[in-house]
Amino acid sequence: MSTYDQFFWLIYPYLMLTLFVVGHIYRYNTDTFGWSAKSSEFLEMSRLRWGSLLFHWGIIFVFFGHVAGILVPKGFYEAVGITEEMYHFGAVWFGGAAGVATAVGALLLLYRRSTVSRIRINSQKRDFLVLILLSVVIITGFTNTVGYTASGGAFDYRETIGPWFRGILTFTPDVELVTSAPIGFQIHIFSALFLFGIWPFTRLVHMWSLPLEYLNRNYIVYRRMQGKKLTNR
Amino acid sequence: MNIKAQFGMVMNLDKCIGCHTCSVTCNNTWTNRPGAEYMWWNNVETKPGIGYPKEWENQDERKGGWVLKDGELELRAGKRTNKLLNIFYNPDVTPIDDYYEPWTYDYETLIESPEKQHQPVARPKSQLTGDYMEIEWGPNWEDDLAGVHETGWRDPNMRGLEEEVKFQFEQTFMMYLPRICEHCINPPCVASCPSGAIYKRDEDGIVLVDQDACRSWRFCMTGCPYKKVYFNWRTHKAEKCTFCFPRIEVGQPTICSETCVGRLRYIGIVFYDLDKVEEAASVTDEKDLYQAHLDLFLDPHDPKVVEEARKAGYADDWIEAAQRSPIYKLAVEQKIALPLHPEYRTMPMVWYVPPLSPIMDSFGNGVDGIHPQMIFPAIDDMRIPIQYLANLFTAGDTEVIRSVLKKMVVMRSYMRSVQLGRQPDQNLLKQIDMTEETLREMYELAAIAKYSDRYVIPSSHREHADNMFLGQGTAGYDFMEGCSDCAVNPNMTDSYQFGEAYWGDIGGRTSNDL
Ligand code: HEM
Ligand code: SF4
Ligand code: SF4
Repeated sequence: MSTYDQFFWLIYPYLMLTLFVVGHIYRYNTDTFGWSAKSSEFLEMSRLRWGSLLFHWGIIFVFFGHVAGILVPKGFYEAVGITEEMYHFGAVWFGGAAGVATAVGALLLLYRRSTVSRIRINSQKRDFLVLILLSVVIITGFTNTVGYTASGGAFDYRETIGPWFRGILTFTPDVELVTSAPIGFQIHIFSALFLFGIWPFTRLVHMWSLPLEYLNRNYIVYRRMQGKKLTNR
Repeated sequence: MNIKAQFGMVMNLDKCIGCHTCSVTCNNTWTNRPGAEYMWWNNVETKPGIGYPKEWENQDERKGGWVLKDGELELRAGKRTNKLLNIFYNPDVTPIDDYYEPWTYDYETLIESPEKQHQPVARPKSQLTGDYMEIEWGPNWEDDLAGVHETGWRDPNMRGLEEEVKFQFEQTFMMYLPRICEHCINPPCVASCPSGAIYKRDEDGIVLVDQDACRSWRFCMTGCPYKKVYFNWRTHKAEKCTFCFPRIEVGQPTICSETCVGRLRYIGIVFYDLDKVEEAASVTDEKDLYQAHLDLFLDPHDPKVVEEARKAGYADDWIEAAQRSPIYKLAVEQKIALPLHPEYRTMPMVWYVPPLSPIMDSFGNGVDGIHPQMIFPAIDDMRIPIQYLANLFTAGDTEVIRSVLKKMVVMRSYMRSVQLGRQPDQNLLKQIDMTEETLREMYELAAIAKYSDRYVIPSSHREHADNMFLGQGTAGYDFMEGCSDCAVNPNMTDSYQFGEAYWGDIGGRTSNDL
């Protein structure tokens, strides 16, 4: 195992994941005002429509796809009787469809942000950075899925990248598992980790604010001077 | 009974001269910042017209307010699950172009132009992009009926008026409608916010946006049928009229009222019963909403109400203020003030005394000499203004408008008799169902009321907001935000600076760059 490998698959991941966790706490406490989705719909609606819808619905499926493919061990599927063919069918078709939607959505958003001048001028650099990085992550991820899985390639990420990432999360890292992964996968992992690192400092924090509490809140919110939140009706 | 106090405003439209002082002072106080420059928390529209933003009253498009669905009150734009499913793209946003693209002028060329044969011109520049632009719409495009022969057709208040009648409307009448946030008793903007960032103040009913809690989901703007929640395109957050709460809390009127040239605004509190709000807002017939709203208000002179108010924690000065409230007098006792678009079921709290002048105008000059018995039939005849006013203030019920206008005519005639030492016509009083006492009060409030009668504003009891002894001597540390926000030490800076440095920092341009 070279120093190079150790940096990329051990030190760097922990660095980025630490930034991810600590950064969120830091940002929430120092910049509550900046914590938002930063909607730009008020300035431009028609292009946002397809860009945002495709991207967001796509990324939700992609997220669950990653849970299924990376976080859930291969053995689990065998135990519940899901065969290799069934898994691959799902990964290619559902994963592929979600991937296309997400990629098209992200590119549309990037196109919109660069070409609609009232949006471009009122963007921060990090708004562009997020979209560019997301596009890289999504496109490398998507080509990997299609390229390797669909063509029945020899590389099985469920026996390499999956266990490696679970190892990172459980503090039992095994760097050897990824050193021989194809470069496409390596770029995907690298850029995704970079995204995690800058995540807390961008608009992406809005993800954590998905307002599910709305579903069983009273419609009208009252607040008293004492700062206690009261709701009624 | 769950008694609450609520600030309200009444505007007497007959007195509005359309000078826009209120809008300008409001803008100077609250919204002359990049991102907010297009916002007119107070705006004055000429009616008929489509207003600001364009066609805000067309709820088929704008989707604001509440509707009855199977007897239940529901947001017109859709219920909770619907909002969450549309969170990535809200199809019902009113985009900035429907307000107007804010602009400034390229003044620099005026100063720096070399000597030329022609005078240099300051061309308009978009404040969104800094590019030169053509001005095609503005915040007050239809001032004094400008262009209304085209836009007027799209005024939703024209419904119920026959085509051929409509064709004459621009010759028939014109009125000004100054508008601010209604600080609704049943506010759909609050209900629309998934984060709970918009709230109604328990003590006085003022509706505010918590800037730190707003997450940019932009549903509130759709929810408000009056389009009085605005989106700051710079901070990406919702902002709205604050009812000048820092002034109100110390007993001063809002800046729009304070500076109103026509002195046509009144501010005061009313007590209402919170437990009855939902029922009142859910009456089946839209025309009953006005009465249902009136029935919500509690009589501040009723000893039972006074006792309840004390129990609910309202201090004596608040109860007294409620008893002296010009809002209660105009809305409940005299019944000449009416809510704006009660059919939105929001229970709005900025009410209007409808203008009599469009009707009086039709008699030409020397109106004061005309006897009510001549004017009454005319009021019944004037279909356009009556129906139009009814569409604005009573969900189409023309009877209420007639009765208010007649009261105003009788008041003038009665006072004229009094001034000339004649015997007032008691028969007239009966026709409008008013006593001499309330009629006189109506006159006083309309004609000679002093500052302290027009604005009966009890100060907020901030001294009870917290246990001040507990805070004594502390450095203001609290758990999450550290002490940066509450420090007394001037060396500690606030986390949010709204100066040029701040705006530059978030990557946007400052007003200097334009
Ligand atoms: C989980 C719940 C999420 C919600 C409720 C949500 C909601 C939103 C909203 C309301 C906007 C503003 C759209 C507008 O301009 O009006 C937005 C923008 C955006 N979201 Fe999300 N989002 C979620 C998750 C995510 C995730 C997981 C990602 C990426 C990993 C993401 C990436 C973005 C990006 C990049 C933009 C900016 C689009 C642009 O360039 O205008 N979102 N989101
Ligand atoms: S008028 Fe004011 S309180 Fe009523 S819905 Fe609109 S913003 Fe909210
Ligand atoms: S300041 Fe008063 S008179 Fe002038 S436009 Fe505003 S409401 Fe009307």
